[in-house]
Amino acid sequence: MNKKSVIRATGINKHFYTPTDYHVLRDVSFDVHAGEFVSIMGKSGSGKSTLLYILSTMDTVYEGELFLDDRKITGLPAAELSAVRNEHIGFVFQFHYLLEEFTVLDNVSLPAWKLARKSREEIRAAATELLKLLDISKLADKRASRISGGERQRVAIARALINSPTIIMGDEPTGNLDSKNADNVLAIFRDLVTARDLTLLIVTHDQDFADRTDRIITMEDGRVLV
Amino acid sequence: MDLQLLFYIAGKHLFSRLKQSLVAALGVTIGIGMFITLSTFMTGLNGLLDGLSLDRTPHIHLYKEIGPSERQPLAFSAAYADDLLLIHSIKPKRRQSRIASATSMIKSIRSYPEVRGVSPHVRSQVFYSAGAVDLNGVVSGIDVAEEVRLFPLEDYIVAGSTDALKRDENAIILGHGVARKLSTDIDGRVQLLSTEGNRLPLKVVGLYQSGLADVDDTQSYVNIGTARRLLGERTGYVTDINVKLYDIENALPLAEHFASLYNIKAVDIGTANAQFETGTSIRNLITYVVSITLLVVAGFGIYNILNMFIREKMNDIAILKAIGFSGREVKMIFMIQALAIGLFGGVMGLLLGWGLSVLIDHTPFEMEALPTITTYPVNIAPIYFVIGFAFAVVASYFAGYLPANKARKMDPVDVLRGQ
Ligand SMILES: Nc1ncnc2c1ncn2[C@@H]1O[C@H](COP(=O)(O)OP(=O)(O)OP(=O)(O)O)[C@@H](O)[C@H]1O
Ligand SMILES: [Mg+2]
Repeated sequence: MNKKSVIRATGINKHFYTPTDYHVLRDVSFDVHAGEFVSIMGKSGSGKSTLLYILSTMDTVYEGELFLDDRKITGLPAAELSAVRNEHIGFVFQFHYLLEEFTVLDNVSLPAWKLARKSREEIRAAATELLKLLDISKLADKRASRISGGERQRVAIARALINSPTIIMGDEPTGNLDSKNADNVLAIFRDLVTARDLTLLIVTHDQDFADRTDRIITMEDGRVLV
Repeated sequence: MDLQLLFYIAGKHLFSRLKQSLVAALGVTIGIGMFITLSTFMTGLNGLLDGLSLDRTPHIHLYKEIGPSERQPLAFSAAYADDLLLIHSIKPKRRQSRIASATSMIKSIRSYPEVRGVSPHVRSQVFYSAGAVDLNGVVSGIDVAEEVRLFPLEDYIVAGSTDALKRDENAIILGHGVARKLSTDIDGRVQLLSTEGNRLPLKVVGLYQSGLADVDDTQSYVNIGTARRLLGERTGYVTDINVKLYDIENALPLAEHFASLYNIKAVDIGTANAQFETGTSIRNLITYVVSITLLVVAGFGIYNILNMFIREKMNDIAILKAIGFSGREVKMIFMIQALAIGLFGGVMGLLLGWGLSVLIDHTPFEMEALPTITTYPVNIAPIYFVIGFAFAVVASYFAGYLPANKARKMDPVDVLRGQ
């Protein structure tokens, strides 16, 4: 492939030292290209989430090198990593965390306020647009603590999309959704890849979901199988 | 750093936990409020007690000590210069209590820049007589205007006033106890009988109550001229000179200076009130210790609540960091909360302290010994409010700093991994 790589990981190794030395990622190397929709599969405990935290720049304790848009991320100071996360990475956690006291609209808008590239009105409009896309526009002014699990997951996806990041990483973003909503999210993802030239890296246990992505990366005991 | 955004998030945290925020602020309010109340009340009380004893004590008291001369006439004679002189049974001379050339001495003392004023007294033993009763006592002839200016005599006049004494050479202010024993009252008549046998009929124009029974049962005040007339003395006769200074610290050195300069007995206020000073400093110490304790407890209150806030907000901290807020910004969000609690609690504390002080200030407090005091003494000085508020801000800053710093350092992955 001659497409530009959005994420390149080379020789990632990670150990957990408590309770005992545990080599959770072993020599993980792979590329994700721009506009690609990649899924990661693997048994529970194979290290998928651990890998995603490293790729999302939140976990900095590892060996190996990580590049985002050909820029070396490994070793950047914490403040710069924060800015990288804010602008370039959208993340949907395995446990879809929201700011409970804030409205759905606020939750979706916050990363954009932080980025401060648009006015509040523009951000509000963009957030409302995303809520409509994910079919939760009627929840806009509800407090995040008052909505259902599936709704929370979609709010988390909207939040990941707000800054039009270079890549969206998701840790089982459809795990809590019924098949209809899961299909819906998958359709949205597919749409984004083609319409906005988005790159997606999604961990999933759902074989059907994985089958409909461009490429599947399979993990086993901390290794990437090829 | 977009402060407006950080304030927005901090505000949401505070207002969504309004009850807890208010409880935290309440801790500050009570701490600061009690600090202010205690300070104003204790210093008010101290001021009262100081006033009770210190204000009416002259800073330097000059008088002629009764006693035989150090050098007897024989010693001045050259004829016996080489002999051993022994004189038995030396007794002090009469008229010893007169201060020689008092007028020029007073003038010279007044010219010292440290001296606020000088009040000459003519003190004498007298008998009070009304009807058939003769009562032993002491009369002080005073320069009324100067005495009132320098000493709180007015505060201890329970009936009548010192004005009449200023105008009337035949007026007297009687000690409360004296008046009671003589069964006389204001506008009554009393005769003063000097030890020489001079008799002076006077009109009672005021009653004096110091609160010290010993004094009130014997003391009376007349115009200094009246006292001289009673004793058959001329103008310029003075037995005691009371000096008031601007700064009490100068009392001891100046007293020593006057004593050697005028060859006179000079007692400074420190020596006269040695035991009293100890009492004041211990009361002050207690005030400080209790105040600091209250402030520290308030500080721990903020620390506790903020720690709890941050433990409850672990998820929020992780999310904020995951979506791109830096550690410094997260820390700022919690510092804003700490300072908001401190400021709000502090302002309420000022109001509470002020309210309680005013309340105490209006609480009736009647004491035989303190005739002019009708309510509890409170010293509502701005400085305690300034200290209290400054502490609220400083304490909430430091109390917030540790937990907020913990939030800054927290690793979001630890939280996001789930339990
Ligand atoms: N903080 C930690 N300390 C020690 N071991 C850990 C820690 N976090 C994860 N592990 C271990 O590392 C391994 C990989 O965990 P990880 O969460 O990456 O798995 P996963 O592939 O995401 O599984 P799942 O599909 O169930 O989410 C697991 O065996 C887990 O027990
Ligand atoms: Mg996982």
